[in-house]
Amino acid sequence: MTAPIKFYQTGTFTVGNRLLAPEQRSVQSSLERSNSLNSGHRACQGCGEALGARYAVDAAMRATKGRLIAANATGCLEVFSTPYPETSWQLPWIHSLFGNAAAVGTGIAAAMKVKGRSDVRVIAQGGDGGTTDIGFGCLSGMFERNDDVLYICYDNEAYMNTGVQRSSATPPAARTATTMAVGADPGALFGQGKNVPLIAMAHEIPYVATATVADLRDLEAKVERAMTIRGARYLHILVPCPLGWGAASQDTIKLARLARETGLFPVFEAEKGEVTTVTKIRRRVPVEEYLRPQKRFSHIFGAKGHPQMLERIQAQADRNIRRFGLLEDAQ
Amino acid sequence: MTMQKPFAITLDPGSSLANKTGTWRTERPVYVDRLPPCNAQCPAGEDIQGWLFHAESGDYESAWRHLTRDNPFPAIMGRVCYHSCEGACNRGKIDAAVGINSVERFLGDEALKRGWQFKVPEKESGKHVLVVGAGPSGMSAAYHLRRMGHRVTVKEAGPLLGGMMRFGIPKYRLPRDVLEAEMQRVIAMGVKVELNARVANIVDSMHEGAFDAAFLAVGAHIAKRAFIPAKDSSRILDAVAVLRSMEGEEKPMLGRRVVVYGGGNTAIDVARTAKRLGATEAIIVYRRTRERMPAHDFEVEEALEEGVMVKWLSTIRQADEGALTIEKMVLDEKGNPQPTGELETLAADSLVLALGQDVDLSLLEGVPGLEIKDGVVQVDPATLMTGHPGLFAGGDMVPAERNVTVAVGHGKKAARNIDAWLRGVAPAISAKHALATFERINSWYYSDAPKTVRPQLEIARRTSSFDEVQGGLTEDNALFEARRCLSCGNCFECDNCYGVCPDNAVIKLGAGNRFQFNYDYCKGCGVCAAECPCGAIEMVPETV
Repeated sequence: MTAPIKFYQTGTFTVGNRLLAPEQRSVQSSLERSNSLNSGHRACQGCGEALGARYAVDAAMRATKGRLIAANATGCLEVFSTPYPETSWQLPWIHSLFGNAAAVGTGIAAAMKVKGRSDVRVIAQGGDGGTTDIGFGCLSGMFERNDDVLYICYDNEAYMNTGVQRSSATPPAARTATTMAVGADPGALFGQGKNVPLIAMAHEIPYVATATVADLRDLEAKVERAMTIRGARYLHILVPCPLGWGAASQDTIKLARLARETGLFPVFEAEKGEVTTVTKIRRRVPVEEYLRPQKRFSHIFGAKGHPQMLERIQAQADRNIRRFGLLEDAQ
Repeated sequence: MTMQKPFAITLDPGSSLANKTGTWRTERPVYVDRLPPCNAQCPAGEDIQGWLFHAESGDYESAWRHLTRDNPFPAIMGRVCYHSCEGACNRGKIDAAVGINSVERFLGDEALKRGWQFKVPEKESGKHVLVVGAGPSGMSAAYHLRRMGHRVTVKEAGPLLGGMMRFGIPKYRLPRDVLEAEMQRVIAMGVKVELNARVANIVDSMHEGAFDAAFLAVGAHIAKRAFIPAKDSSRILDAVAVLRSMEGEEKPMLGRRVVVYGGGNTAIDVARTAKRLGATEAIIVYRRTRERMPAHDFEVEEALEEGVMVKWLSTIRQADEGALTIEKMVLDEKGNPQPTGELETLAADSLVLALGQDVDLSLLEGVPGLEIKDGVVQVDPATLMTGHPGLFAGGDMVPAERNVTVAVGHGKKAARNIDAWLRGVAPAISAKHALATFERINSWYYSDAPKTVRPQLEIARRTSSFDEVQGGLTEDNALFEARRCLSCGNCFECDNCYGVCPDNAVIKLGAGNRFQFNYDYCKGCGVCAAECPCGAIEMVPETV
């Protein structure tokens, strides 16, 4: 006797699925989603960050039944959403400095504790510049004190708002305004940068996770899980930037998907410093497929290209696959 | 009235909704419906993607009703249709084509099991149409004409309903209770059928019955002969007669060693029938090679599995008592068989000729305006009307591929055109959507799943009986199979566009109502079009 086959056409790959039971459906497929980041914002066409922010905050809004306050670091997300006197945010939202969103989040959480409002939850959010560089001290402090804040980093791998300068999240070989595609080692150098999800794990905080805008259901599940936990939590979301990456606006989700399928961006969850789940690669592809559509890597290819750079990036992906066990056992 | 504002603040807080970012757009997304390749391929004009959509949610009655808008015989189709739709299916390029035919059969069987009936027309048109022939084409036309409110009388020369479906297709492919039930369901709509009612002359019959129009679908029942020098004692039969006599009390006497001459599906049917009647050897003699055989490959395969043998590149030179003289052939550069002079003897108790069929056109003698060419009636391919006004024809008696599905499609097409002709209006020609090609599918979004294989009766069992060879799907499997459909080119409400828009510029209209773009805010990034699984969104340049 075999078990009945469960098969739902697109399963959870698509945003919605009429064949699933209502309780199995995503926040984003719902007519009642909060649209925390409303229309009319001034993000570029195909902005991954605008998309990632709505995905994450809407999921947090559902998990907290709308009792949510956000602190927001300076950066693209803040600039495009709140040009005076307009705002796109449909929740209590505080603009912090570039570097202190984590500390402001800590403060709000402390205030809620004093007021006895344990029902109101706090998120702090920013881009990779405000998180991995400028706000890193405050973030580390929030982690080590285990403050009751979910910090969300929208990682588009450079300072896009100010004109695409390198951050410590910029990948090797990527061209930015400060890592020009010139000389013997064009683009960002190999061997530089930092991996903040792993650093967050080193603080042994209750929950650390990575996600991309290409896998909505995974992202929503991680936000939901994070909101069931008290203490410091960190969610790192890869959000492609058509402008800074030199990519077509319609390719935002495709690139995020390829980042995961190549192994360059491992998607996982960790609790108290230990990896608990890993999202396996479904259709493995060489890194070239991910790099080619992005002008920031165009100097790698062509007649005067740098094939050794391609090899090094592929080696990086292969290492991630080994290190995090990104392949199914059968593969 | 101004509110007290903090220092350096001069404006009230506002919403970004005031900022109509739609003005940035250079391209706009639009929802489109494209023609799925299965639908484009279907000779009966079924909206396959459309009925699978209902089946996917387990709403089998809606699926069946949607299907039968175009084809009233899903249980028959699910057994005898050669399902060229599956050959065109885009899913075939991912893993394996959707088992459309098996889901169709499931729906057809479900309808028979649950007793679903067709709706009787609400209004009568007052027109009376004569249909000649109760085969697939005639009964399909009768169904569609009745749905349109016309009075329909079917005159059938034979003693039973179904035409070639009964007298040409063996029981092991189409059980007679299924055939009868789907025919009776059409009659239950108020279609009158007269059996054993041969029409001798169509003009006289129309005049006698005061019919307003007629559809002819008499089929092709006359076996073609080939000249083979034969001794009187040799036993030579034709395939049509053999298959027809299978319906009667007296089964044909074929003997233990049966040779079938021909390479079409009928030759295969006869050989498989001979096996079931107890022949120890059933040998098909065919002049060309397997690649060039007109019979469908899966039927050849099934026949070979059952022990039917084939002598390729062979022709029959002479028939004697108990033996045939066979000549080996070779293919020339053009692929035509040429004799080699090399002869051999093949033991045979009987020889069955399966060399094609001709149409009995005697009922058309003296009808003005008709054109007959190559033994078939010429019709306007767009309307199926013959050169005689009000007289339409379809099925095997007009120039077309000869199979049940084509015939059923003719019935529908003729009915629409007869209806238009009766009302004195031009037939409505609906513009076809552009094809939903595989390149437009974003295959990432579909779960991986192989095609469910219909259980086949064990070979041993099927050669000794006339039980149905192909089994049906269980409900679980049918649902699984339906859900493998990619819904090519037609929105299936997966909410992807609604979710992936960075600007919330997609309005969800609720179940069954699809979506709308909010062009006030859509910046035209194209993410929705790129991430639409089925290719139902197109980017169109804005006019300046």
